[in-house]
Amino acid sequence: MAADGDDIPKLSHPLEIPKLKCGAMEGLQPFIAAPEHQEKLGFPGELVPNWKEVALAKMAELAEKNRAFQVYLDACVKCGACTDKCHYFLGTGDPKNMPVARQDLLRSVYRRYFTFAGKYFPSLVGARDLTEEVLQEWYSYYHQCSECRRCSVFCPYGIDTAEITMAAREIMDAVGMGQKYSNEIIGKVKDVGNNLGLNPKALAATLEDLEEEIEDDTGISVRLPLDEKGADILLVTPSADFFAEPHIDGLIGYAKVFHEAGVSWTLSSYASEAANFGLFIGSYENMREIALRIRKAAEDLGVKRIIFGECGHAWRVAYSFLNTLAGPFDFLDPKYPVPQHILEFTWNEIQKGTLKFDKSQNDHIKLTYHDSCNVARASRMGDEPGGQFEIPRNVIKAVCNYYYDMDRSTTHESTLCCGGGGGLLTDDLMELRKKGASPRMTALQEVTEEHGVTHMAAICAICKTQFSKVMPAYGYDMDSIVSVHQLVSNAIILTGQDGDDDDSEDETEAA
Amino acid sequence: MLSVIYAILFYVATILLVVGVAMKIRKYARTPAPLKIPTTPAPTTTGGVVLRMFREVVFFESLFKSNKWIWLFGWAFHMGMWLVLIRHIRYFTYDIWWWVQLAQPFGTYASFAMLGGLLGLWARRILVERIRYITNPSDHLMLALLVAIVGSGMMMRFVVHTDILAVKAFMLGLMRLRIETLPGDPILLVHLGAVAVLMIIFPISKLLHAPGVFFSPSRNQVDNPREVRHIAPWAKKLES
Ligand code: HEM
Ligand code: HEM
Ligand code: SF4
Ligand code: SF4
Repeated sequence: MAADGDDIPKLSHPLEIPKLKCGAMEGLQPFIAAPEHQEKLGFPGELVPNWKEVALAKMAELAEKNRAFQVYLDACVKCGACTDKCHYFLGTGDPKNMPVARQDLLRSVYRRYFTFAGKYFPSLVGARDLTEEVLQEWYSYYHQCSECRRCSVFCPYGIDTAEITMAAREIMDAVGMGQKYSNEIIGKVKDVGNNLGLNPKALAATLEDLEEEIEDDTGISVRLPLDEKGADILLVTPSADFFAEPHIDGLIGYAKVFHEAGVSWTLSSYASEAANFGLFIGSYENMREIALRIRKAAEDLGVKRIIFGECGHAWRVAYSFLNTLAGPFDFLDPKYPVPQHILEFTWNEIQKGTLKFDKSQNDHIKLTYHDSCNVARASRMGDEPGGQFEIPRNVIKAVCNYYYDMDRSTTHESTLCCGGGGGLLTDDLMELRKKGASPRMTALQEVTEEHGVTHMAAICAICKTQFSKVMPAYGYDMDSIVSVHQLVSNAIILTGQDGDDDDSEDETEAA
Repeated sequence: MLSVIYAILFYVATILLVVGVAMKIRKYARTPAPLKIPTTPAPTTTGGVVLRMFREVVFFESLFKSNKWIWLFGWAFHMGMWLVLIRHIRYFTYDIWWWVQLAQPFGTYASFAMLGGLLGLWARRILVERIRYITNPSDHLMLALLVAIVGSGMMMRFVVHTDILAVKAFMLGLMRLRIETLPGDPILLVHLGAVAVLMIIFPISKLLHAPGVFFSPSRNQVDNPREVRHIAPWAKKLES
């Protein structure tokens, strides 16, 4: 099954615990950010000469500013409950990818300089000096954590390694050792408004093409408006939705749903990005700056509500942080939560009976659903806890006949990361991405064997890109990953469209 | 002489424990959590959060989901410890409270649960490769210390009895700033010496997990970010 010569592990069960392979992933580091990318974010261009002092000062600052950092570093009892919970450990066997061991890379330094026991009895409590090697080790292993929070679910104190990873990345940024992928992208958002660097003209052209495509397919004119003042709804969606597969089919789905619901909506070229990589590098200031673009777009366009498209970490920043970072949103219509998820909107319309579906349009595929980590463990949809699990499944079941869940120990709050989240979706980390995907892929293979599942749906731009890249290594076609709104788009019958004769979609691989 | 040494030891240990833990709690309480980060699904009301915390502290809910062996040993140890500590209240009050009396019969067995739990946890630390990897010398010492306390206590309870009334008189005396005579049994001295060490290291060790759990943002936050704006004081300053 191995592809590209990678030694992908063959697991007999998605959560099979590997033997420890010390140092297995030590050498893997992502590219370092160039000075211009660093400086645009307010970080030093390259490693500063007094980096050790700067790092320790930053650490002290974080301890003052962030309770999680303090409490998590103090409270761990080394019980070991989290040791087998990280997909990167399961996929690589490198013990430093065990959540508690990952924390310890930083905790050991924190103890050495900030605690009584570490100052006077370092070897007793595993405290160590901050050295060049330690810094290199941080750069390796804090870029082998997707900040997925799976470990936090299982820790008796909820210790969230993602918080430690973010802190470590903040410290590394502060000394001038940022990661190219994330920092370059944040720079693009600041310059152009989205991760891809897609300018307003190109964006408008893309949307026009899509309108034509929908009309060709369905005979109905469905609009994808850009920068329309006075629209009711501002849709903020990951820029991958404008060009990548299968993301773009999801965008078509949103447009069709809005069309059928009869609401007025618009995209914004200024806030043409839902993703917020400020989260990944743990930078409150950068995250806030990106979030404020959305507020400004909403104010400028005079909309009444904000809806987010399918994206995992973006939904975390939107649902959990937007009010904090860019609120209060008292200028919007108080009848609606700020912000809403597109699936909340669609599910609401389905319940109201506004949308008509021909479920048989999805009969050529058998589906399962991948809960994206940030949606599952760091946000909610709807009014009830757990709505983030039910609403996507409800929508899928409303538009598809064949749906099967994967093993419960790998879904809902226990879901496994796709392997590419948290700022790791870059080619320089491909080995990690492939190996980290193996637990999820194994769970998928199980439902394929049991129920003949052919496709997996997801609501995260990163998951979709990651899976389309790594699935071939596990024996699936790259288009086996689909957007949830792509399924909606397949099944929806637009008003005025003749519902029956259309085998119009290009379904080549009928199951 | 011995009584004076132990009296001083306990005064020092008590001060370090109380002041140390109070300072830590103050630090935790004063450090803001800049963002809403409850691990979801999370309760949407404060009452729900209290209930979640209760389940974590009393049943070790997350640990149960996580690993049944660690849960079994850890839970047996902690619950045994609470019962034993309740039983110990009788050394510190003249009249024994009714609910302390109620716990007496269970308390006897609780020490076995405690010991079994501790030995189970220790065995995992040595035998399970992953846990051995994350273990520091201090983790072994902590278990050794607790085993010493429990072992010496059980020796006194079941093998070589000590003069409990004298111990009680000594403790009550300490509470009234009087130094009574402490029986010189070596096992008792080991027991009390180890307890004093435990008290002293409490605020500077991983035992901070006990107050820490209540301050963990991933467990103690309400899931209502869309309804209520959450903002840290230092972040508020960025807005002006
Ligand atoms: C609010 C009160 C407390 C809670 C909720 C709590 C919870 C826990 C949990 C969930 C664990 C991990 C599982 C395990 O290894 O047992 C643990 C470990 C531990 N607890 Fe507590 N605990 C509390 C108070 C205490 C106290 C007062 C002590 C002092 C003697 C203590 C000593 C320990 C030790 C030594 C360990 C590590 C055991 C090992 O080495 O594996 N705990 N605690
Ligand atoms: C100043 C505090 C303490 C004093 C004066 C004290 C004294 C004693 C005495 C006199 C006994 C013998 C009981 C008997 O013969 O019936 C005993 C037993 C015991 N002690 Fe302590 N102890 C103290 C603190 C602790 C602590 C903090 C722990 C646990 C963390 C502990 C654990 C035990 C256990 C497990 C036993 C045996 C079972 C039992 O009698 O409940 N002790 N202790
Ligand atoms: S947050 Fe996710 S990737 Fe990071 S250590 Fe925890 S389980 Fe692993
Ligand atoms: S589960 Fe929590 S307390 Fe236990 S070792 Fe992991 S991080 Fe530490």
